[in-house]
Amino acid sequence: MTVLDLLDAPEQLGPPAPVLELRGAARQFPGDPPVHALHPADLAVATGDYLSVVGPSGSGKSTLLNLLGLLDKPTEGEYLLDGIPTAGAGERERAALRAGHIGFVFQAFHLMPHRTVLENVLLATLYSGVPRSERRDRALAALDRVGLSHRVDFVPTVLSGGERQRAAVARAVVAQPRVLLADEPTGNLDSESSASVLDLFDELHAGGLTLLVITHDDEVSARAQRRVRIADGYLREIP
Amino acid sequence: MTGVVGAIVEAWGELRIHKLRVLLALIGVACAVTAITGVTALVSMLNQSFKEQTERQSGRVVTLNVNAWSMGENATPPTGWDAEFDRVLERYDITYASRNEWTQAVVRYPDGTRATQVQAVDADLGTINRIVPVQGRWFTDADEEAMAPTLVVNEAFLEAQGLSDLSSHPTVQLGDRAPVTAAVVGVLHDDWVDAEPVAYVLYDQFHRWIGPDGSGMQSGGSGPVVPNPMMPPQVPSMYLWVPTEQSTDLGDQIKRDMQAVAPGWEVDVQDNNYNTGGLDRATKWVGIGVGAFALLLGGLGLVNIALVTVRYRIREIGIRRSFGATSGRVFFGVMLESVVATVVAGLVGVVLAVAIIKNVPVERMFGSGIQDMPPFPVSAALVGMAAAVAVGALAGLIPAIVAVRVKVIDAIRY
Repeated sequence: MTVLDLLDAPEQLGPPAPVLELRGAARQFPGDPPVHALHPADLAVATGDYLSVVGPSGSGKSTLLNLLGLLDKPTEGEYLLDGIPTAGAGERERAALRAGHIGFVFQAFHLMPHRTVLENVLLATLYSGVPRSERRDRALAALDRVGLSHRVDFVPTVLSGGERQRAAVARAVVAQPRVLLADEPTGNLDSESSASVLDLFDELHAGGLTLLVITHDDEVSARAQRRVRIADGYLREIP
Repeated sequence: MTGVVGAIVEAWGELRIHKLRVLLALIGVACAVTAITGVTALVSMLNQSFKEQTERQSGRVVTLNVNAWSMGENATPPTGWDAEFDRVLERYDITYASRNEWTQAVVRYPDGTRATQVQAVDADLGTINRIVPVQGRWFTDADEEAMAPTLVVNEAFLEAQGLSDLSSHPTVQLGDRAPVTAAVVGVLHDDWVDAEPVAYVLYDQFHRWIGPDGSGMQSGGSGPVVPNPMMPPQVPSMYLWVPTEQSTDLGDQIKRDMQAVAPGWEVDVQDNNYNTGGLDRATKWVGIGVGAFALLLGGLGLVNIALVTVRYRIREIGIRRSFGATSGRVFFGVMLESVVATVVAGLVGVVLAVAIIKNVPVERMFGSGIQDMPPFPVSAALVGMAAAVAVGALAGLIPAIVAVRVKVIDAIRY
C-alpha cells in the first residue's frame, strides 16, 4: 500500500461522536461507608437529542448534572464531551470545554441582580471566545430568540419568573454551545411560565440544539424526545 | 493583550456596579496619595521659601563675598580694584556679580537736605539677592548707559520725599556742591520698622555722577575730591555667584587675584554655603511617614471591603466559573478590580494634590512669596500612584484567593 492508495481510499465516515457520552462513569463520595451517588453508568446523547433525566430528590440528579457539566469528575469511568475525554483533563481545559460546549440553565436562574438583562447575557460571551465586535449583536439576537427584546435594559429583579428564566436561556445559548444543560428549569415557575419555557425548549430543539433537562417533574420530562430515569444512583432509559 | 484589556474592562464594569465600594476605597487611597504627593510638594515649597528668604539675606548659594580692609592708617584705596573685578568675571566666566559700596550722599528732601545712606551696586545684585521691588523695578543694564543716574529707594526714603508711589515719576537731588538729578525707578520694602531712608544707585553711575565723597562734584566735572575725614578709605565689597562645586577653589583664586592689586590691604573671601540639608531630610521623612500611614489605613479598609464583597459575590463567581471562567481569570479579575479602584483613587489623589498645591496661600503659609516656584513633584505623584497600585494588588490578593477557592457546585446550588 502506498501513500497514493491511502489518498485515493474513500474516507471512512462513521456515525458522528455523541455530544455527551458516559462510559461506565461513576461518582463516589468518601465516607464510612462511601456514598455511591452515581453507580457506573453508560449514556450517549447525540447531536440534536432532547433528553430528560427524571428522578426524585436524592436520586443523584445533581451529581449527574455536575459530571455532565464538567463541574465535577467521575471517580471511575470516562466522560467524553464532543468526543473529547475529560476524566483526566485539568481545570483550565475543563473551563475551556465548559465555555465552548455547554450552556447552563439553573433552577434559581442565577442572573446577576445589578446587571441588565443584556449584560447578563453578554457574560457568557466573555469566556467562550466570541469576538468582542460580535458580542452585543449575538446577545441581542439571543434575547430576540427568547422573546425578550423589550426587556434588554431591564435589571432581572423587575422581571417575572418566566422572563428571568428566558433571560437565563438566552445567556445559555448566546455562545452557541453544543448542548444546553438545564437543572430543574421550571422548578421556580408557575404553570404558565413553565409552559412558556418548555415551549421555548421545543423551539430550540427544533432549531437543532441538543438539550438535556434534569427534573423531578414527570410532565416536564414527558416533553423530551428521550427519557432517562435515575433512582438511587442508577440510570435507566425509559422506553 | 486582548485578554488583559478585556479583564480591565470587566473589572471596571464590576466597579461601576459596586459604586459605594469604589467610593469607600477611593477615599482612603486617594487621601493617602494626596498626602504623599501633597506633602512632598509642600515640603519642596517650604524648602524653596526658606532658601529664597536666606538668599535675600546673603545671596544665592554659593555667593562669594570679597572684602578688603586697610592694614595701615594711611593706606590709599587700590586703583586697580575695579579693573581687576572685571578681569575676574571674565577669567572665571562668572555671569552674576555685583560690587557693593556703602557710602553717604546729601539728598534734598521737602524739609531740607541731609546725608542719606547710599549703596552703590551693580544690576546683578537684583538676581543674586532675589530683590523684588514693591513698586517700580530694579536696575537693568540699560540704566548703566543712562544719561542721568537712576535710584531704587526704600519705602522710608519715598515717604521722606513726601510720596506714596511712583506715579509722578519722582526725581531727587543728590550731592551738595554740585547736585545731580536722579530718577527714582523702584521702591524696596523696608527691612525693618522705622528703617532709615536708603537709596541704591548703580556703582558706575555713582562714580560717574556723584563721586566717592557723595558730593556730586563729578557731575560738574570740576573741583577736587574732598576726602571726608569721617569716612575711612574703603573699597567696595564684591558678591560673586559661582557654581557650588567650584566655590572653594574659586574663592582661593579670587582672593589671590584681588590681593595682588591691593597691596597694604587684607583681602578676605567668604561663602554662604551653609549645610541646611537637615530640615530638608526631616520634612521629607515626615511626608513619607504620613503618606505611608494613610496608605496603610486606606489599604486595610480596602481589604475589608473587598473581602465582604467577595463573600456576597460567591454565587456570581460560581456562575462565571460555570460559563467557562478559569480560576486564573477569576483571580486576576478580582485582583484587578482592586487595582483599578486604587489606580482611579490614585489619580483622584494626584488631581486633589495638584488642586491643593496650586491654591496654597503661599504668602500666608511661608511668610513671603516664592519667586522660583518649585515644579510639581512628578516623582512624588508617580511614587504615590505606584504605592496605590501596590496597595490595590495586595488588598486584592486575599479576596482573589478566596474567590479562587469558591467551589462552583456549592456556589450555584440553590
